Amino acid sequence: MPQATTEQQLLPVPPPPKPRSKSPIARFFRQWDIQLMVIPGIILVFIFSYLPMYGILTGFMDYNLFTGAHIWENPWVGFKHFEAFFHAPEFGRLIRNTVVISLLKFFIGFPAPIILALLLNEVRHMFFKRTIQTITYLPHFLSWVIVAGLAMAMLSTENGSVNMILQQVGAIDEPINFLSMKEYFWPILISVNVWKEIGFNSIVYLAAIASVDPHLYEAADIDGASKFKQIYLITLPSIIPVVVIFMILAIGNLLNAGFEDILLLATNPVLRSVSDVIDTYVYRVGLGTHRYSYAVAIGLFKAVISIGMLSMANLLARRSGNSLW
Amino acid sequence: MLKRISFSDKVMLVVIYTMLTLLAFSALYPFWNALVVSFNVGVDTAKGGITFWPREFTLENYQVILKDDRLINGFLISIARVVIGTVSSIFMTALLAFGMTRADLIGRKFYMIFFVFTMYFGGGLIPTYLLIRSLGMMDTFAVFIIPSLISVWNMIIFRTFFKGLPVGLEESASIDGCSTWGIFFKIILPLSGPVIATLALFTAVGHWNDWFMPSIYITNDKLLPIQTILRQTLNSNIVSGQSSVLDSASVALMQQTKKVTSKSLTMAMMIVVTLPIISVYPFLQKYFVKGVLVGSLKE
Repeated sequence: MPQATTEQQLLPVPPPPKPRSKSPIARFFRQWDIQLMVIPGIILVFIFSYLPMYGILTGFMDYNLFTGAHIWENPWVGFKHFEAFFHAPEFGRLIRNTVVISLLKFFIGFPAPIILALLLNEVRHMFFKRTIQTITYLPHFLSWVIVAGLAMAMLSTENGSVNMILQQVGAIDEPINFLSMKEYFWPILISVNVWKEIGFNSIVYLAAIASVDPHLYEAADIDGASKFKQIYLITLPSIIPVVVIFMILAIGNLLNAGFEDILLLATNPVLRSVSDVIDTYVYRVGLGTHRYSYAVAIGLFKAVISIGMLSMANLLARRSGNSLW
Repeated sequence: MLKRISFSDKVMLVVIYTMLTLLAFSALYPFWNALVVSFNVGVDTAKGGITFWPREFTLENYQVILKDDRLINGFLISIARVVIGTVSSIFMTALLAFGMTRADLIGRKFYMIFFVFTMYFGGGLIPTYLLIRSLGMMDTFAVFIIPSLISVWNMIIFRTFFKGLPVGLEESASIDGCSTWGIFFKIILPLSGPVIATLALFTAVGHWNDWFMPSIYITNDKLLPIQTILRQTLNSNIVSGQSSVLDSASVALMQQTKKVTSKSLTMAMMIVVTLPIISVYPFLQKYFVKGVLVGSLKE
């Protein structure tokens, strides 16, 4: 129940109401100046966030954009598109790719920034530390087009540095076209993701580490604990609450295996059997082949599971005493 | 305080410094290599072996890019989108957030649920596409600006910040006869410099980096922002290896000028598109670190 808990936190006890001399409607119009600040936002969010929800109904229809008919004039077909998806030949591999890619991202992409924060925390030369931070935060601000472009350049057979190094050390004789070989796609996708986000995601952990009481380390020093022991016994336990919060957020996001990164890195159709996830499939069948109703149904299927996972994650969070909100 | 560092701690520090240096190198090297390749003569690049320094230095790749009308146009579209989109979105979102901080706002609780719900559930790609279509916003500049005017996430951050401002300021202003809108413009906005800077940075970067939305809503070449054009160029480079279907003008350009091959030219394009972000980035670093922490504390 994310909404309810959010409400509680975001809206503290409302102040005592002013004397009610008039009806709510009259009072509403009397405060037109304040309402006028809020209403444009309400209208915009209604149009661009709520109207598309109404479009979800087309997932239960045979919707045809090109007949020009009004949305309600399309025939209702119930769960036809959902069934078609479950029986589609792509179904199995879509689910597998979605799950595998998001699990890989979770198990590698989630701990990486924590490790980086722990390493950075041991650095005593401020200039060195700040330089490393500045450099590693940067890729987060670049678009996926740029990042994918750099990755392609690094991996290409024409002057790609990775191939050059591998040839130099004699690991391979001929340059490998990495981005057209299935077995390399997952490792590449995960590495590029880690490369892009590791620095930026370490910011929160660094902040959490900075708030650890320095006396603990002094005491440990006196007791003769090694650096490694201090990390393991002081730093890590101190940041566990933050780690748990972000882990739960990540669990709620597990079905979002990626979209832009996959779209841009897996340009070669050969890769489709390992790169296609639910989101990229929705994009391709929906906007590529105009099977709108079918694509909407799949999107809805995913959204429902995602919300279920988010609620479960939140439940977990409360159990652990680190509620998300 | 002087303390003896044990041998094992020394070893560990060496390992840590080495690992961090390697990480920074791996983060930096792709840019450096792209920069070097972009300054190298195209035909020479194809021979391979370019790593840390150009072999045959040239400015030709950049000259070609800066003469390409399509790219220049894409740049202007991107800049217009960033400026108009950021200013209007920050203003509308801040205004909404200020209204939402008012305790006497009727319907506030309902409004809040109304906004927060959209953070957890949405219509998805296809219904949004169909909506934009039926609103007649395909192939318009407005599609870059209007749908993203309100960011619920930013609204909540603004709201938290506004609530932290001293209440007395507003009260004394309203006693002096200042209207609600007057308070917003004369008191709230001038006091919100840091939070505006942080959120504007993220909004602007988001606008600059977006290539996907234009790729589905825009078919008119004249409205394509630079990122989408770059994507098409990267794509057509890959495709050109497989078939002869070339759709982008830049590829035609590459063939015109024989000396310039795709890779050096593409890298030059990438550098030019990255440059605006890299050049503002160091100055804004302190703001975004603050912003991340504000955002995550709110969670």
